[in-house]
Amino acid sequence: MKLPKFEYQAPTTLSEAIALLEAADGEAKLLSGGQSLMPMLAFRMATPTMLVDLRKVRGLDAIVVDDTVRLGARVRWCDIEKDERLRTGHPLLQEAIRHVAHYQIRNRGTVGGSMAHADPAAEFPAVAVSCEAEISTVSATGSRVIAASDFFVAPLFTVLEPDEIITEVSFPKWSPTRRFGFQEFSRRRGDFAIAGAIVHYDMDASGRMADVHVGAFGLGNTPIRLEEAEALLNGQAPSVDHFEQIAAAAMKDVEIQDDIHADAEYRRSLLQTMLMRALQSSLGSGVWSS
Amino acid sequence: MGDILHQAHQPGSNSYIGQPVERVEDLRFLRGRGTYVADVQTQNELHAVVFRSPVAHGLIKHLDVTAAANVPGVAAVITGKSIGQDVPLIPLRQQVFDEGIPYLQSVIALDKVRYVGEPVAVVVAETASIAEDALEFIEFDLDELPVVVTTDAARKDEHLLFERSGTNCPIVMTARKGDAESAFSTAPYTRRESFSIQRHLALPMETRGLLAVWDEPESQLTVYGAAKVPFFNRALLARMLGLAETSVELIEVDVGGAFGARGEFYPEDFLIPFASRLTGRPVRWIEDRRENLMAMNHAREMDAEIEIACELDGTVIGLRGDINVDIGAYVRTNGFTAPRNVAQFCSGPYDIANIALNANVFMTNKTPAGTYRGPGRFESSFFMERLLYLAARDLGIEQADIRRKNLIPEAKMPYKLAKMGHVDPSSDTECDGGAYGEIFERCLEEFGWAEKQHLQGKLIDGRYHGLGLGCFVEGGAAGPREGVKMRLESDGSVSVNVGSSAVGQGLETILGQIAADGLGLPMDRITIRHGSTTLVKEGFGSFHSRSTVMGGSAVHNASIEMLQKIKQQAAIRFGCEAEQVEIAEGTVSCEGRRFTFAELAEDAIEVELSFPNSKHTYSYGSHAAHVAVDPATGHVEILEYQTVEDVGRVINPATLHGQVLGSACQGLGSVFLEEIVYDENGQLLTGTLADYLIPTATDFPGVQSISLGLRPCPNNPLGAKGAGEGGLIAVGGTIANAIAAALSSFDVQPSHLPLTPRRIWHLINNNKKKSSE
Amino acid sequence: MMQIGITINGVCYERDVPARTTLADFIRGVAGLTGTHIGCEHGVCGACTVVVDGSAVRSCLMLAAQAEGCRVETVEGLADEEELSPLQAAFRKHHALQCGFCTAGILMTMHALLLEEPDADEERVREVLSGNLCRCTGYQPIVEAVMEARQSYG
Repeated sequence: MKLPKFEYQAPTTLSEAIALLEAADGEAKLLSGGQSLMPMLAFRMATPTMLVDLRKVRGLDAIVVDDTVRLGARVRWCDIEKDERLRTGHPLLQEAIRHVAHYQIRNRGTVGGSMAHADPAAEFPAVAVSCEAEISTVSATGSRVIAASDFFVAPLFTVLEPDEIITEVSFPKWSPTRRFGFQEFSRRRGDFAIAGAIVHYDMDASGRMADVHVGAFGLGNTPIRLEEAEALLNGQAPSVDHFEQIAAAAMKDVEIQDDIHADAEYRRSLLQTMLMRALQSSLGSGVWSS
Repeated sequence: MGDILHQAHQPGSNSYIGQPVERVEDLRFLRGRGTYVADVQTQNELHAVVFRSPVAHGLIKHLDVTAAANVPGVAAVITGKSIGQDVPLIPLRQQVFDEGIPYLQSVIALDKVRYVGEPVAVVVAETASIAEDALEFIEFDLDELPVVVTTDAARKDEHLLFERSGTNCPIVMTARKGDAESAFSTAPYTRRESFSIQRHLALPMETRGLLAVWDEPESQLTVYGAAKVPFFNRALLARMLGLAETSVELIEVDVGGAFGARGEFYPEDFLIPFASRLTGRPVRWIEDRRENLMAMNHAREMDAEIEIACELDGTVIGLRGDINVDIGAYVRTNGFTAPRNVAQFCSGPYDIANIALNANVFMTNKTPAGTYRGPGRFESSFFMERLLYLAARDLGIEQADIRRKNLIPEAKMPYKLAKMGHVDPSSDTECDGGAYGEIFERCLEEFGWAEKQHLQGKLIDGRYHGLGLGCFVEGGAAGPREGVKMRLESDGSVSVNVGSSAVGQGLETILGQIAADGLGLPMDRITIRHGSTTLVKEGFGSFHSRSTVMGGSAVHNASIEMLQKIKQQAAIRFGCEAEQVEIAEGTVSCEGRRFTFAELAEDAIEVELSFPNSKHTYSYGSHAAHVAVDPATGHVEILEYQTVEDVGRVINPATLHGQVLGSACQGLGSVFLEEIVYDENGQLLTGTLADYLIPTATDFPGVQSISLGLRPCPNNPLGAKGAGEGGLIAVGGTIANAIAAALSSFDVQPSHLPLTPRRIWHLINNNKKKSSE
Repeated sequence: MMQIGITINGVCYERDVPARTTLADFIRGVAGLTGTHIGCEHGVCGACTVVVDGSAVRSCLMLAAQAEGCRVETVEGLADEEELSPLQAAFRKHHALQCGFCTAGILMTMHALLLEEPDADEERVREVLSGNLCRCTGYQPIVEAVMEARQSYG
């Protein structure tokens, strides 16, 4: 499984990178961590004429935690895991990243690479969608900001243009009292999720759930928000009984694929279980408040 | 512990045997100084890449390699045409029966392809990358034929893989004992069940590889990368190439695991040496993992319908049924071994007087199947243990009791197993001896079977708990012989060449221990060399858990003979009788005079012999498992897994323990994770390690094992029994029974492997539905 | 073709290689350090793991070009003289290897882990080890060896 032939360039600026991508007319691919791209090259499922390596482009690897949480496109999973500020600054993000692949992959895989690759079972895209993150990009035509909900089109397919480069993924401010739960089911630790659920919400003054976000992934399509579940949960007192009913009700209209890993019936049931368990585990989170 | 290598002692005193001696192999492996076939250095080499059929079944209409051959850097492209008139067929090595002949594989596809992955051409180029690039330029067109991917379809004989043979069923292997028909007709209890086991792979961490070096002036071929059965392969390769055996040497270097699948003669074992002879340069081929999943022997796929007959007190009086074995597109060198074993060993360690089992072998358009650790034994143990579980439940007998009742009593040893209809040296085999009941009780005790019974079927923290049992025998030490050559070197050390193959089992250490004890020398004065055809006159290799018994007994006997020769030489020098010579710690003495071994070395003291054996050894043991099943997801956690076994004699408890843990882990992988999946077009869907799942460090942490040398084997000088496969054999039934116990409130009967979360979930939910209807 | 220079175990190796050369193939083919093994070439088995600038990475998933100017450590660099390193000695003591093919990758992964987290508990060790496949040992002896080796990293 030797790699196919390609040219390799390591530009030092974004504009150089954009120019290279443009000139290659869609036949070049960006190389960030390489953890998703390299296996595709090894199987010759991708045969770009050129790889444009971002390793020498500065300014893409910062984590900024202020009003928002901003991750530079070349921020690696291990950077997120080790950042002390994110323990309270965005604990959901850290929890989700703990589920990504394995130790060695987390030392190289990047935020931008994961978003651009758009694997339907990947954790980070799912967190981005459920948190309403925003993706900043640059290209020959300028820069833009894309909402996560608009970013993923289909498995392995995003709205990115061939010469467009992600520079940053930005998450809305995370309140320390916000509760969250993250549950995924995979065959072995670190494998792709067969079904996964993400929940997060605030508690309002009367002890009820507010601003509920519910995300689902691993369903064979793009990561989604479960709007039905959000509607049912908003205004509820958090309790295991409520959670059980709502999780069941929320499954009705969710579109779920059959594939080699799971038939739709099983997957739907798994998702319901993951949602239940994510909600249950949320009861023990957000402990920095009374 | 490192010091133990330097200890000196009396010959025959066994100060190494029985000790957990640290392995000599580790010194190079830990430093990254092992030499696997991809590491062997050579000059001026070419790299080979195999072009494999992308289609499962078809007549070759068009094959044009001109464009590929013209790619810069490509030295040659080999097809069936390049080989000439007589393209060799790969023969059977084990269970050699004429029925296999019409179904043998030629070393390259000629007019037809029969599985995705079948070699069609070989590109030889300056680098592996260039060779792989050139594959794209090969023009290949087929008239596709209907694809057969199940034994049900194969059995219909509507679409034949081998037209001339007239059928997709080359052979039916029968195992018979007593009078099953009569036993079943009078039995007060019978039960028939259907079972199936999925297709799997051995998946050693090192893929296959060969480096063939043809020396034109000397007309000498050297092939690196041999394993398992180098001598057989050398003879075969020489014949295929029209060379004298003495012109061909197969060299065994370090090997990254075999598990039965590496080392058999594959098409590449001919094609790569052929390529070297054709190009006049060394040719290296290193299989990549994608190829490995579609080209290295598959294993285990069977479906069965088996009936058990019992007395009302649980005594098993009969076993009969049919097992359909899917061996893929060709009969491989050991393609008939698993079918034969599944029939003969279905009774396992149990005393069953009446047996009529048929193993029906079928050809399908899938990668050919060979042996994988415990071939046919893992499968048959699963069938037997599930039947025992069901019989016990139906008859109201406790699970441990039904096994106690039926385990072969020691008084009946040696115990004849069912006789195979197809006769070969192994068809008449008997369990050599052992205290099966005692080991079973020990397992129950270690596990706490009685104390844990209250957990059976209980729902605790959202999961159902269950306990299961299984017992096994492991056949080992296949004959006919093993060769050893021992020589006293000029520095007084002893070099030991042995025909056994090292596949990761610690052979150098184990044989070193045996030689050191036999000769009365410290282990660091012994050098073990193994496997290569250059080392001994005749060798047989490592399979069927034979290297400790066969290689070890050969080394043991050679040590005794070597000491005799040393005494004789010393006697000549001393001018006394050989009986008067004393040997101790690498010196000989007589009446106050003394020579060291080194001083005797110029007398060219050498021993070469073979150790013969016609009786298989049978290690045996029991497994117990405690599982927790999550009914919402179907996930099963192994809370505890205990194995206890008797291996006759423990040479190195550390390496043995390692073998048991490793094979138990493979068994658990077989039950829960591993599955080769084909679609209806014979396309392999599990083509990467992200699809074919093997156990990782977080999957099965709870395995414990105890290995004893309780009843030495009466049939070899070491008293040892082969023990590399037992940790795996009983896993299927033990786990399935534990799951059945856990889910007894749903009446879930896990009779089909693998027991994936999805399958278990469906079993629970189908039964939930049934009970609410 | 491109000129690439990588420092491996303290020695600089420079060679003109095709752009598509992986770090694994550079280590084995250019530097001649064959202790690092290739088990799958698609980033799953971990046999090819080496340490790049202090992090354990799968060398089959890195281009040699991406390691330009980096400090790479392989299994051959673990022990200075003829003595095994404490981690290696612990592996030997606990029989944490059989065929040896996956061993280099596991040693480098565990070495990197213990340098950063000498107090890693068994759960953490197993979690990190889950990224390396071993077909022979069943992992238990490896975990035991690593747990013992921690004291030499503390």
